[in-house]
Amino acid sequence: MARLVRLDRTGHTELAEWSPGDPDSHVRAATLFEEQLAGGYMGVAQLADGSLEQVKELPPGAELVMLRRPIAGG
Amino acid sequence: MEELRVAPGRSLPELADVWWRRPMDEAELTRRGRISTAYTAVYVTPFIVIGVALLLIEPLLFPVAMWSFAHAWVIPELFAHRGARVAFPLERQGSAEPERTALGLLGDLLDHEPRRLMSESGLALHHGRMGAWLVGEAGALLVRPNGWRVHCFCVRATDPDLPRGDRIAHLLLALRQDEIGFATVANHAFTGAAWRVRRRLKEHQRPALDAGIVAAAS
Repeated sequence: MARLVRLDRTGHTELAEWSPGDPDSHVRAATLFEEQLAGGYMGVAQLADGSLEQVKELPPGAELVMLRRPIAGG
Repeated sequence: MEELRVAPGRSLPELADVWWRRPMDEAELTRRGRISTAYTAVYVTPFIVIGVALLLIEPLLFPVAMWSFAHAWVIPELFAHRGARVAFPLERQGSAEPERTALGLLGDLLDHEPRRLMSESGLALHHGRMGAWLVGEAGALLVRPNGWRVHCFCVRATDPDLPRGDRIAHLLLALRQDEIGFATVANHAFTGAAWRVRRRLKEHQRPALDAGIVAAAS
């Protein structure tokens, strides 16, 4: 199962799970993902080779997508 | 399996907020290093010259010459301290459960050795294209490939109430997404000799810099 995880004040929160074989679960996760983006979070997908990419849509094939807040120079 | 709908190599979105900055790439890091070296020479040399001149003119002026030499030593130390502070742990700490949860996720993002180093020093080691990074809660150190020079960057997650582990995870995620973008968004606080920065770090953080120097040189 792929996971949508938000890095937040609780440590992290798992918002949704989906599997490529279950389109409905992906639609539900994608809806939550878009809500989080609208709230100021940024999506980061971990790819199969371990690299990370910024995403604006929930990729069905990703195993882990994290939501983070923006960073800024201190 | 459906192909990922991602844009490989996409820059950090945060770059839009610092559009006027030059990209902090190899060339810019080298330029900053040279400027820093020249700047250090400009303000240190006069103190050394004055100290030597005083000793040549009148050896009894030894205490005044020492005062001058001390300035030549202390001023670069103060700059290095400003740089090393980016890696210091923040005083604010959340409750135990969120801290534990955040550290669990951060551990998943790190390999075995960086995870061990992270638990001991509070700094996450990441091998980048520009050198070895040590990521803390509110900044990062970049050890250049020769292991001699360190660049210090001040950068943080915008939510101040995140647990420690999440603050580091935010920076690590951004760094792994776009190394040059990360260095550009961050404020460049200092660059100088690794040994000078090492002296100013907290004692428990020094092994992390040692590991970073080894990683950068390999």
